[in-house]
Amino acid sequence: MSVTLYRNMSSPYDSSAVPLLDVRGLSVMLGGRTVLDAVDLTVTPGEIVTLIGPNGAGKTTLVRAVLGLVPVQAGAVRRRPGLRVGYMPQRIAVDPTLPLTVRRFLGLWRPVPAARIVAALEEAGVTHLAASPVQAVSGGEMQRVLLARALLADPDLLVLDEPDQGVDVHGQADLFARIDAVRKARGCGVLLVSHDLHTVMARTDRVLCLNRHVCCSGSPEDVRRHPEYHALFGRHADALAVYVHRHDHAHAEDGSVVPGPADGRGCCDH
Amino acid sequence: MDDFMIRALVAGCGVAALAGPLGSFVVWRRMAYFGDTLAHSALLGVALGFLLGVDPMIGVVAVCVVLALLLVALQQRRALASDTLLGILSHSSLSLGLVAVAFLETLRIDLIAYLFGDLLAVTPGDIVRIYLGGGVALAGLALLWNRLLAVTVDEDLARVEGMPVVALRLAFMLLIALVIAVAMKIVGILLITSLLIIPAAAARRFARTPEQMAALASLFGIVAVLAGMYASLHWDLPGGPGVVVAAAGLFLVCTLVPARAG
Repeated sequence: MSVTLYRNMSSPYDSSAVPLLDVRGLSVMLGGRTVLDAVDLTVTPGEIVTLIGPNGAGKTTLVRAVLGLVPVQAGAVRRRPGLRVGYMPQRIAVDPTLPLTVRRFLGLWRPVPAARIVAALEEAGVTHLAASPVQAVSGGEMQRVLLARALLADPDLLVLDEPDQGVDVHGQADLFARIDAVRKARGCGVLLVSHDLHTVMARTDRVLCLNRHVCCSGSPEDVRRHPEYHALFGRHADALAVYVHRHDHAHAEDGSVVPGPADGRGCCDH
Repeated sequence: MDDFMIRALVAGCGVAALAGPLGSFVVWRRMAYFGDTLAHSALLGVALGFLLGVDPMIGVVAVCVVLALLLVALQQRRALASDTLLGILSHSSLSLGLVAVAFLETLRIDLIAYLFGDLLAVTPGDIVRIYLGGGVALAGLALLWNRLLAVTVDEDLARVEGMPVVALRLAFMLLIALVIAVAMKIVGILLITSLLIIPAAAARRFARTPEQMAALASLFGIVAVLAGMYASLHWDLPGGPGVVVAAAGLFLVCTLVPARAG
């Protein structure tokens, strides 16, 4: 019930819309090894879909296949015709010998007027970095610069590969709040890979639990009750159980999108 | 001033100006050893050019392009590390070139001039080659500038944005091949890479944009050519090595200059 409320009140997700992305029976082999096996995935406008799964589960490969960066063995990746994708990679490594400011970096990918670059930096909350060399920007700030870059594509679909890597808890919460705000303001779909379940779950419409194949998928509530989910994460660490407990509290009854308390240890005893 | 000196000046400055922006890309893309490998194959191109009766410049560009494609194909197989492959191709192609030149008994070429350059033996035909080939290379680079920068920053991002990454990479290799073909007579095939990377490396600290670094690299290259030429005339030094030593000296001075505040 809380999930339904949450969706209706704060997510522009509309399951009846034409999907932005429709992946059917996708299989990918890398170096003779099957990395993805018969994976189905759809993302519709306004929806946030989160990929979770252990290391080596093929999360990044799935994202790269969706982006057309790895060859597909079987199945199909269908994009809505004319789909504009804003891709936000985990990180970029610009050679220190290349003198490049953040502003220039943002302008490299397509012809954009300076005012749009300023607007994208504002939307990502990093206006102050415009004149900094890209190599001098910290990990958390770089994530937001990469978000600004993705926004310049005027995307229908935002694709984010582990945007929480190397970013502290506060930075993560802020980044996801921004992504959520972007999603609501623009009505774009979001496909995101994450390790950090508890930050992400509160803002996610659907979770896809991946371990080479799709173990289970559905709303965050459904997935965390699914036996496959526990089979996948239960044996790993109690830490994940903590995350699961946190989720109960992350979904506020009033539809609030504020995630659970960052140190939510208090809710572990039930 | 003697004619040969004017020719040397015009040719040397042209090559240095061309090497600045291309060399900056070689530095940014960490392709110094790759450039060296292509340059080493140039002698084979010269020999083939003579054998087929075409301009040596065309022979050099053709051999460089074939080598670049071969390298890309071998890298795709991932059987050997890139530096091993480059080492194999670099020295094999240089030796093949030397063998080919030795076999072509009718071919009377000044081997030392090809290997180490001969700035003072520049002909009017060389100048036409340098400015024609160099002009084409610079025009191509200017046309692809932003896209090449994007590919240099991140290939995946460029691909997702719909840029033809493989074609851009090949175009860049072709530009490098052109530079090698026109710079060969000035600094020699063994030293071309230094004219590409040393002025660019010296310029890095003083540049805030890619364009500043490219322009400054051209300027530093021209200074090195002038200094090397001067030394070559006064002390009867070999021209190519003189230019490279001057560039290295300039690099050292630039490294020792205190960093700007901010």
